[in-house]
Amino acid sequence: MSAARDKALQLLAPALLIVVIGLLGTTVSESTQTEFTGVLVNIAIVIALYVFIGNSGVISFGQIAFVAIGAFSAGVMTISSEIKPTLLPELFPFIADHSISSFESLLLAAGLGALVAFVAGIALMRLNGLAAGIATFAVLEIVHNILRFWEKIGPGAKSLALIPETTGLWEATLGALFCAVIAFLYQHSRSGRLLRASREDAPAARSIGVNIHLHRLVAFSLSGALAGLAGGLLVHQIGSITTEQVYLQLTFITLAMLVVGGMGSLWGAVVGGALVSFLNVYLLKLEAGNAVGPLHIDLPNGSTLLIIGAVMAAIVILRPSGLTGSREVSPRRWLASRRG
Amino acid sequence: MNWVQTLVDAIGLGSVYALVAIGLALIFGVMRLVNFAHGELITAAGYTLVVAHALPVPFAIALSVVVAVALAWLMERVAFRRLRDAQPATTLVATFAVAFALEAIWLIAFGARGESADLLSSLNKPAIQSGDVTIRWVTIAMLGVGGILLGATTLLLNRTKIGLQMRAAAADFRAARLLGVRADRVISVAFVISGVMAAAVAVLLTAQQPLVTPTFGLEITILALVGIVVGGMDRLTTATMGGFAIGFLNSLFGNVLPDDLRVYLPSAVFLVVIIVLLVRPVGIFAPRGSSAAERL
Repeated sequence: MSAARDKALQLLAPALLIVVIGLLGTTVSESTQTEFTGVLVNIAIVIALYVFIGNSGVISFGQIAFVAIGAFSAGVMTISSEIKPTLLPELFPFIADHSISSFESLLLAAGLGALVAFVAGIALMRLNGLAAGIATFAVLEIVHNILRFWEKIGPGAKSLALIPETTGLWEATLGALFCAVIAFLYQHSRSGRLLRASREDAPAARSIGVNIHLHRLVAFSLSGALAGLAGGLLVHQIGSITTEQVYLQLTFITLAMLVVGGMGSLWGAVVGGALVSFLNVYLLKLEAGNAVGPLHIDLPNGSTLLIIGAVMAAIVILRPSGLTGSREVSPRRWLASRRG
Repeated sequence: MNWVQTLVDAIGLGSVYALVAIGLALIFGVMRLVNFAHGELITAAGYTLVVAHALPVPFAIALSVVVAVALAWLMERVAFRRLRDAQPATTLVATFAVAFALEAIWLIAFGARGESADLLSSLNKPAIQSGDVTIRWVTIAMLGVGGILLGATTLLLNRTKIGLQMRAAAADFRAARLLGVRADRVISVAFVISGVMAAAVAVLLTAQQPLVTPTFGLEITILALVGIVVGGMDRLTTATMGGFAIGFLNSLFGNVLPDDLRVYLPSAVFLVVIIVLLVRPVGIFAPRGSSAAERL
């Protein structure tokens, strides 16, 4: 009974945090609301990372490649086909002559993310450890390089603009919630459990017949789908995008969010994503010379990066397994620890 | 295009990457830490050259070595020392975080557009010219400095007591400690050497192209890191060869690819990286029979 309740809480706690952020977002001014939306999109990206990295224990530097694929496919396909040929004259005709709705574009983004992740994963999921990390990083580099220079499929090095801004607060809340539910369902599925077993002890898991390659591939593709979806949400939130926005900096900061929260749990992913994103938003505001509540400090340019770096370093040094200790919410354990 | 010229340039750039690789591989060897913040040591040395450009060249270079070494030592002392028993993902993020923070400091102090460290640009003049092959002084400097530092590191590791201790720590950290190797000292020395390497890289890079930006050292560090994993990061020699190989490949492909495909240089290099990793995950230069089981 209480085990079932614990399991329910594993989804409820992160879901509740996402909904609370969404609800709080309705109480603030319109410009602040955009920032809340951005935080929720970040949470969706961090959950996508978690689905692969958290469950498999393999660090991937490549998941932002799928965010990029999602963002650019959703962006390019939702620009009206009346202006697209003049905006991007080099496009393949089948891309230039069609346009789809924002909702359809999210499905497309998730589908392409999953497809590319699956194809790359067939080869790469045989690798372990740092070799896997570097190989996934190579995927990021290749995707970034192609998106940046191949003008038949996108804007190339220019900024892609005039994308419908359809990701509002509710869309972002629903998107992040959807990612959390999928992550929860996956980690309790057979494949998810076997993958987590292989994370703890790969030789033991293999010895009882777990096909680690297969389950990593499943998690990698699912993570690719969620990353693509999050990319679609992102592009419809900001309305324009360049390849540099979905590259190294985003890779490092989202990975840091995951580890700061605790990479072994969904709760950790959501907490880390929320905390670091909010910190980032408010520091940037101070940097731009705006007051945040009672605070009225004028920070020099670049200090956001400095403070975030210092806070991240402090958290991982003081709490190496993340703020949540990489555990899900469990009142039983909390009570037990209080009783000593 | 001239093949001799292409090869000479590729070997020169490869030597610089090899120096970055030594710095990274030494730290990885003694404490299993992938130091993303190594690039910030290079950047720090680069900005020192900017600030010290009025000094006589040898003093400016000496100062940049001092700054890089001090920063390397400080990084280990303040941040990484507490993380010796932590998970690889955690230490990796700690090094990101340190890199972030330092990059922000460069941004605040020097701005995003970059500053010129114009001390050694005279090295860009041709030293040897025969037919259509031009060998510039900077290429000779890259080869010379690369060779000397590589030799010095080899001597240090193989002929001194601290070198022996470092090799012991790299082979089995716990056993080395039990036998009386002082962990703190070995690790500090590794960071000091990586600081020296970083300063050398900064001097060579600014000689070739004097602009120092906040991300001056980042790109070469990331590529060298890719190189040492591809080469085989469990051994200093294979890691260094891997670093050399990726610098060499990058320069070679840049000259060999046809003009309209040259923008796809990173794709070509990283495709080779993926293929090599799939064929030999332990590293292309690693001896037969080595296993990847111990890797993080």
